[in-house]
Amino acid sequence: MNNGYQVIVGLEVHVELKTNSKLFCLCSTQFGASPNSQTCPVCLGMPGVLPVLNQEAIRMAVRSALALHCQVHAFSKFDRKQYFYPDLPKAYQISQYDQPLAEYGWVGIRSGNGETHRIGIRRIHVEEDAGKLNHLGQRLGDATGSLVDLNRAGVPLVEIVSEPDLRSAEEARLYLTELRATLSYLNVSDLRMEEGSMRCDANVSLRPAEYQGELEDLPRVEIKNVNSIRNVQRGIEYEVQRQSERLAQGERIVKETRGFDDATGTTYSQRSKEEANDYRYFPEPDLPPLELEEAWIKNIGDGLPALPEAIREDLASRGIPSKDAEVLVLDREAYEYWCAAADLYEDERTLTNWMLSDVSRLLNARGESFARASVNPPSLVELLRLIDKGTLSGRMAKEVLELMFESGKSAAMVVEEKGLSQITDTEAIRAVVLAVLREHQAVVADYLSGKDKALAFLVGQVMKRTRGQAKPDLVNQLLRDTIAGDRE
Amino acid sequence: MDNHWRATAHELHQHFVEGKISAEAVVSSHLQRIAARDGEIGAFLHVNEEGALARAKEQDGWAEGKRADHPLSGVPVAVKDNIVTRGMPTTAGSKILRDFMSPFDAAVIEKLLAAGAIIVGKTNLDEFAMGSSTEHSAWHPTHNPWELSRVPGGSSGGSAAAVAAGLTPLALGSDTGGSIRQPASYCGIVGMKPTYGRVSRYGLIAFASSLDQIGPMARSVEDARLLYEAIEGVDPRDSTSTAAPSATLARGNGPWRIGLPREYFGEGIEPGVRAAMDQALERLRSLGHQLVEISLPHTSYAIATYYLIAPAEASSNLSRYDGVRYGMRVDGHDLVNMYETTRDQGFGAEVKRRILLGTHALSAGYYDAYYLTAQKVRTLIRRDFDQAFGQVDFIVTPTTPDCAFPLGSRDDDPIKMYLGDIFTATANLAGIPGLSMPVGLSEGLPVGLQWLAPPFQESQLFQAAAALEAVLPKLPWPTGVDHE
Repeated sequence: MNNGYQVIVGLEVHVELKTNSKLFCLCSTQFGASPNSQTCPVCLGMPGVLPVLNQEAIRMAVRSALALHCQVHAFSKFDRKQYFYPDLPKAYQISQYDQPLAEYGWVGIRSGNGETHRIGIRRIHVEEDAGKLNHLGQRLGDATGSLVDLNRAGVPLVEIVSEPDLRSAEEARLYLTELRATLSYLNVSDLRMEEGSMRCDANVSLRPAEYQGELEDLPRVEIKNVNSIRNVQRGIEYEVQRQSERLAQGERIVKETRGFDDATGTTYSQRSKEEANDYRYFPEPDLPPLELEEAWIKNIGDGLPALPEAIREDLASRGIPSKDAEVLVLDREAYEYWCAAADLYEDERTLTNWMLSDVSRLLNARGESFARASVNPPSLVELLRLIDKGTLSGRMAKEVLELMFESGKSAAMVVEEKGLSQITDTEAIRAVVLAVLREHQAVVADYLSGKDKALAFLVGQVMKRTRGQAKPDLVNQLLRDTIAGDRE
Repeated sequence: MDNHWRATAHELHQHFVEGKISAEAVVSSHLQRIAARDGEIGAFLHVNEEGALARAKEQDGWAEGKRADHPLSGVPVAVKDNIVTRGMPTTAGSKILRDFMSPFDAAVIEKLLAAGAIIVGKTNLDEFAMGSSTEHSAWHPTHNPWELSRVPGGSSGGSAAAVAAGLTPLALGSDTGGSIRQPASYCGIVGMKPTYGRVSRYGLIAFASSLDQIGPMARSVEDARLLYEAIEGVDPRDSTSTAAPSATLARGNGPWRIGLPREYFGEGIEPGVRAAMDQALERLRSLGHQLVEISLPHTSYAIATYYLIAPAEASSNLSRYDGVRYGMRVDGHDLVNMYETTRDQGFGAEVKRRILLGTHALSAGYYDAYYLTAQKVRTLIRRDFDQAFGQVDFIVTPTTPDCAFPLGSRDDDPIKMYLGDIFTATANLAGIPGLSMPVGLSEGLPVGLQWLAPPFQESQLFQAAAALEAVLPKLPWPTGVDHE
């Protein structure tokens, strides 16, 4: 509740499917090519062209729908959504209107208290993307001209429409995070919000405590095309505050579309919905209805990979702390790296610690990802085994890991080349220990008088002389024993 | 000047294969005929003089075997200008596509070229195929070779007039509500609309996507079939095209049961049309076929249904002509103004009328009453035919209630123009094949008889029409142009 109003949020998420070719023609969908280099008569809307449906896009959409617990309809159809804009070559978008591919799904989110609850998905449908306008000038209002790039026109999208079940900006963030994590395991999209391969519009309304009507009838503001999950959250937060202030002042909320300004964290009015388009939807006569065999749908469902919910349970059963598990689950590449390493290495908690601390740190520093890490899972496991065998101390291992990243060499090779092998020969260490004790008798006296820190200094001296290669617990033990023996 | 232009496509191809004539002579003969006669007829928008001659010369170098392997080698074909062609402009009869050059060939053009056809040019039409007279071309009207003061029908009026006047033995038309059959009827030639899905629409500039079909126009049933067989077949680029095989008739070579729908023989048919029909029906009876009266009860709703569905789809299909990427652009003071002035100046009155009708029919609050209701009636009309074809092998009707009308006579009465589609639009709504063939003259103007058959029975349709053609007197050459 916010000033006596309940926050009502519904999200529309567009996800670009990473098919090789566009939804209705054979043009490439590759991001970042030079403008209009990936176009053909079909996606340019030339006279006489006809769409041919990309089956792979439907397969990916069905995978997505099933992963989001939707009911996939054996019968759906395509419709034309009509409006004029230079990024829309045919002046209609082929979409699905009243008979979408799938309906009635949900995404589970965990609130702060750790409980999971379901956010409904109203529908998922397939449609083609529009092109892109590049305005010459600072803002659309004073642009001196616009250049049309139709590389994106016709790229397949799924639109995932939630029920208005979200009750805060934080829940919206959780929903988007979980949605993205789920889709990431399906290999159907790049899901990069900054590149537009995942886009989100948020519908925000406030419900007065006494309101009994339909949620749909509340005046709602649509925040368009925000480029990160964080900004969706910020946009909703701002909008909730703005609307509640308006209402508190006795003003009414206008149904409108608003943009989000990243720099100020505020939203601004783009157009009023009262003057909205009549899209004049009607069934696309150039495409037969989409009829899917139940067996085919079931087959896709049976082939789904493990998804976040199941992965969480699995990690918990292996004793991975839930905080660490969450990091792995939300980053598919990290999880896959983890799985590959865990297949080779039994101590999964140690593995997790190494991955999420040192490996992560080095990946970030080097701009690498888990999927393309210079140190692959078998190499990491090799390093961990050197620790287990006592060849390396934990501290040495960190150093070795860094050198492995830099050189691309295996742990054994780095150890060999740098002569880094840990000294476990007690007699060799004892000689150094005796020398150190001789030179620092005052410190020994301090230690004997009860200053524990003095021992740490002595350990440090031994390590220094052995260039860090002495096994630390052995050094510790020898120091204590020797001092104790001298006293006797 | 030799008289190759008088020959049928079959004859031309046969003589060419046998080496009796050269393709160059055939093409020259037709080009000369076009040069001499098309000034008064106005059938062509573009004559592919150089291209056709070059192709003819190339084919003259072919060996006999290669000539025979190409069923249309040595044969000129004209193409309605709403079918896109590389290397020739495609305007669809509209200013908005003035000088437009398509970057690709329509599927039917690819097929024609593969079959050896020599494309002689692009023919006139009502703008975007919207009309029944070819008066609504943005460029010029076409005149009926039987009487130059009369229309050739439409929208494939250029193709019909060109074939009738001997400017080409074959032409492609397109038929959305009768646009092949009605001009064929008015010009005294054979015109055939295949089953929806039989011929690829890829490269046909869409008017009403769920109704449009490309089909052949020729001076004989045999020639029409020759052209049909060159263009039919499934195409992966057209998702509405089908690979359905020809169904076989229950009663093989006859005698057939032929249905005469009472709704098509009622009031409003001109006496001369009725007389010519009666004679043709008598011939069918004398061939031993059984003529039975049937009913297609929803016929009276067909025109209203057609004039909701076709403009609705057209309003959408024509949205892409917005001045942004190709075709005409009239600059405006902002984007919306550019759209408005481009479309205002680019489209003619009849096209604007249909865009308005269709936009209205699809508007929020009207969709259910208009478009959705029309789709339901369409189902009923289709069902009428399903039931009828349970009783009969073919249906025969007049193609049109009248003969070619004078130019300008229906300018002020679009509704009357629309009602002329009454006997033809039902086949498009039902998706079934239809063929119009000349069966006589009424006061010197041709009368057309329409055959309708169940879906995918084109083969039987040609067979039936050829059987009737064989026992009818051949029409003379059209009387409105000189044939010397």
